[in-house]
Amino acid sequence: MLEVQQLTKRFGGLAAVRDIDVRFKAGQITAIIGPNGAGKTTFFNLISGFYRPSAGRILFDGIDVTGLRPDRVARLGIARTFQTTSLFDQASVLDNLIVGHKLRTRSGLWDVVFGTSRLKQDERRCRETAEAALEFVGLTRIAHRPAGGITQEERKRVAFALALATGPKLLLLDEPAGGINPDETHALAALIRKMAATGLTICLVEHKMSMIMRLADRILVLDHGEKIALGTPAEIQADPRVIEAYLGADYVAA
Amino acid sequence: MNRVLAPGGLVVALLFPLVVPNEYYLYVAALAFILAISATGLNLILGYTGQLNLAHAGFMAIGAYGVGILTVDYGLPFWPAFVAAGLIATAVGVLAGLVSLRLKTHFFAIFTLCVGLILSLVIEKWTALTHGTTGLIGMQPPGAIGPLRFDTTGAQYYLVLAFLVAALWLTRRIATSIVGRSFVAVRNSEALAQALGIDVFRTKLLAFALSAFYAGISGALYAGFVRFIGPDLASESHTFDLLAFILVGGIGTLGGPLIGAILLTILTQSLQFLQDYRMIVFGPLLILLVIFFPYGIVGFIRLRRARGHA
Amino acid sequence: MVMFFQQILNGLTLGSVYSLVALGLTLIYGILHIPNFSHGALYMVGAYVAYYFAGAFGVPYWGAMVGAALVVALLAVASERLVFRPLRDAPQLHDMIAAIGLLLFLEAVVQAIWGADFHRLQSPHTQIVHLFGLVAPAQRLLIVAAAFALMLALHLFLQRTVTGSTIIAMAQDREGAALVGIDASRVSMLTFAISGALAAVAAVLFAPISLIYPAMGDLVILKAFVIIILGGMGSLPGAILGGMVIGFAESFGAFYISTNYKDIIAFALFVLIMSVRPSGLFPGGVR
Repeated sequence: MLEVQQLTKRFGGLAAVRDIDVRFKAGQITAIIGPNGAGKTTFFNLISGFYRPSAGRILFDGIDVTGLRPDRVARLGIARTFQTTSLFDQASVLDNLIVGHKLRTRSGLWDVVFGTSRLKQDERRCRETAEAALEFVGLTRIAHRPAGGITQEERKRVAFALALATGPKLLLLDEPAGGINPDETHALAALIRKMAATGLTICLVEHKMSMIMRLADRILVLDHGEKIALGTPAEIQADPRVIEAYLGADYVAA
Repeated sequence: MNRVLAPGGLVVALLFPLVVPNEYYLYVAALAFILAISATGLNLILGYTGQLNLAHAGFMAIGAYGVGILTVDYGLPFWPAFVAAGLIATAVGVLAGLVSLRLKTHFFAIFTLCVGLILSLVIEKWTALTHGTTGLIGMQPPGAIGPLRFDTTGAQYYLVLAFLVAALWLTRRIATSIVGRSFVAVRNSEALAQALGIDVFRTKLLAFALSAFYAGISGALYAGFVRFIGPDLASESHTFDLLAFILVGGIGTLGGPLIGAILLTILTQSLQFLQDYRMIVFGPLLILLVIFFPYGIVGFIRLRRARGHA
Repeated sequence: MVMFFQQILNGLTLGSVYSLVALGLTLIYGILHIPNFSHGALYMVGAYVAYYFAGAFGVPYWGAMVGAALVVALLAVASERLVFRPLRDAPQLHDMIAAIGLLLFLEAVVQAIWGADFHRLQSPHTQIVHLFGLVAPAQRLLIVAAAFALMLALHLFLQRTVTGSTIIAMAQDREGAALVGIDASRVSMLTFAISGALAAVAAVLFAPISLIYPAMGDLVILKAFVIIILGGMGSLPGAILGGMVIGFAESFGAFYISTNYKDIIAFALFVLIMSVRPSGLFPGGVR
C-alpha cells in the first residue's frame, strides 16, 4: 500500500537517503532500523511530507504523493508521531485530542460565527473520535488530567491516540519506545500490535532490538542512507551485511 | 470562574455610569474597553496562535483613519464609514499576512514591525490623504441608530461596552471551537499541527485577518470616541501597550486582555506621572512577567485551580 | 559628477554605520538565536553617554567614544545576565517580548533624564578635506575609516585569537562547543559586550552629522534587522555587505527619488525580498 521508488534526499552534496526501493504491505508492521545517521528519520520525513525528495517517487495506495505537503499527506491517510510530542499542557488530555479529527471536518469560520448544525456535528464527531482513541490506548482514566501532568509513557500513548484520531491507513511511529522502561516497552508493543490488528499498516523507527524482533513482521535495515536488507526478523538477524553494519556501532538492546 | 465573574462584571459595567456619573471616569473606562477590544484581537494571533504581530497598532490606525477620512473628507455618515474602515483594515491585514506568514517566528516579528513602521510613515507623509502630522480633528460622534443617540460620553460608553461584549462573545465562540483549537495546535508545534492535517498557513492567515478586523473595528470606535487622530496612532509603542495588557492579564486566555487593559489603564491614569514615563514601569514589567509570571493573572489563577484538582 | 561622488561617500558613511550595528546584532543572533530588539536602545544609549561625558566632564570626542563603548558593553552584559540568561529555555516568544521590554525601559529612562528634545554632539573634525580634486567632510571620511578599522580588528580577533574562535565555535554548534569545554556563559557575555561596544561606537561616529534623540535607535535597529536577514543571520560578511547595500540604496534613493520616503527604502526592499524568498537571501550560519 505504500511504495517507495528510488527515493533519494540530498542536503547540499550529501545524500542522507539514496535510491531506496521498498514496498510496505497493508496490515503489516515494518520496523526500520540502522545505526545512527543511517537516514531513518529522513526517510520518515520524506514519506510524511516534511522533506521534499531530491529524486524518486512515493506512491500511497496507488496515488503519487511525492513532494506533497505534510498536511495533504495526513489527509490522504498517513499519520505520524514525533520523538517528542508538544501538547497544550494547561488543557486536559482529552482536550488535546479533539483537534486530531479536525482534518476530516469541513466547518470553517462561518460555521463558528453562526453556530451551524454542521459545526455541531463536526465538533461532536471530533469529541467522539477523541474519546474512542483515548479508550483504544487505554487512557480513559486520565482524560481530564492536565496534559502537563502525565508520565512519559502516558505521553507516548497520547501521541498514538492523536495519530489514531486522524483516521489513518498508515501510521509512522518515530521512536515510540524512547525513554520508557522495559515493562512499559512491553505494554507499548502490545498496543502497537493491537493497532495493526485493526487493519492499520504500521512503520516504526526504533532502536530497541528485542522489542522489534518480537513485534515486526518485516524489518528494513538502512545504513548510510541505503537499504541494505529487508526481511523477516529471523532473516535479518542472520544477514551478514546487517551484522557488519552494526559492528562497533552502539545501539540500545532493550 | 467565568460563570460568576462574567455576568457579575457585566452588571458592574452596566451600572457603572449610574453609580459614578463622572465624565472623566466614563471616558477612561470607555477608552479601556476600546483598547481591550484591540488587545483581544491581538491575543488571537499572539496568544492563541503564537505569532508575534507587531503591526497591530498600524491596523488600528487604518480603522481610525478609515472612519476619519471617509467622514471628514468625503462626508460619509459614521456607520457606513465604520463598516468600510473595518473591511479595509481586514483587507490590508490579509495582504500583509499573505506576504509575511510564511516566515519563521523571528522573521515574522521583525517583518510586522517593519510593516507597522511603513504604515506609520505612510500616514505621516501622505499628507494629501491623511493630513499628515496635523491629523484629523472635528470628527462627528457615532450617528444615531434608530432611537439611540450617541453624542454623550455616557451613551458612547454603552456603545463601546456593547461592542466589547460582542467581541468577547465572538472570541469565546472561536476559541472553544475546532477553529480555535487549530490555532492552539499551530502554536504548540507547527510540525505536529501539519502531521494532524492542519493547513498551518491558512490557519495563521485566518487568525491574522481576524486580529486585523478587531484592530480595525477598535480603531474605528476610537475615531468616533476620541474624535481626534494623528499618525502616532500607528506607533509601535501602542502595540507594546497592548502587549503589556495581554501579558499582565493572561496570554492566550479569553479574559486576560480585558483584565490587563482595565488594570493598566486605571494604573496609568491614577498615577499621573506614569503617563509620560509609563514605559519605565511597563518595560521592566514585561521582562519580569515573561521571566516569572508568563501566564498572567488569569493563567496564574487557572494554574492554582488545576493544582487543586490534581 | 561631484554630486555622484557625494552620494557615494554618503552611501559609504551610512553603510559603515549600519554595518557596525548589524555586525553586533548578527553576532548575538548567531550565538543566541534571538533577535535582540533592544540593540537599538544600546545604540541610542551609546550616543547619550558620549554626549554626557562630553558635556558634563568636557571629555574630548574620541575619549567620550571609548567611554560610551565601555558603558554600553557593560550594559549589554547586564542585559545578558539579567534578562536573556533566565529565558534560555523559554519559548522564543518570551525572549522577543523581554527584549522589547528592555528597549522600552531604556528609551523611557533616557527620556526621563535628558528629555525628548534633540541634542547635538560636537566632533573636533569639522574641516573639509580636499581629496583627488573632490570635496569631502572629514567626519564622513573618519566614519568610514573607523568603521573599516573596527571591522578589520573584529575579523582578526575572531579568526586569529583563541577567544575569538570560541565565539565562532559556539555560533556554529552550541552543544559541540560545550563538549570541548567552551564556557557558554562567558562567550555569551563577551559577545554581548562586543556587540554593545560596536553599537555605541557606531552611534558616536554618526552623532556629529545627525541628531541625538530617544527614538534614534528605532529606525536604525529595524534596518539592521533587515540587513542581517537579507545578508544571512549570523553571517559577518553578510552584515557588512548588507549594511553597505542598504546604505547606498538609501543614499541614492534619497537623492534621486525622494528624501521623504528614504527610510522606507530599506523596508520596501525587505518586504520585496522576503515575499519572494521567505528564508532570506543566504539562509546559512556564521561564516
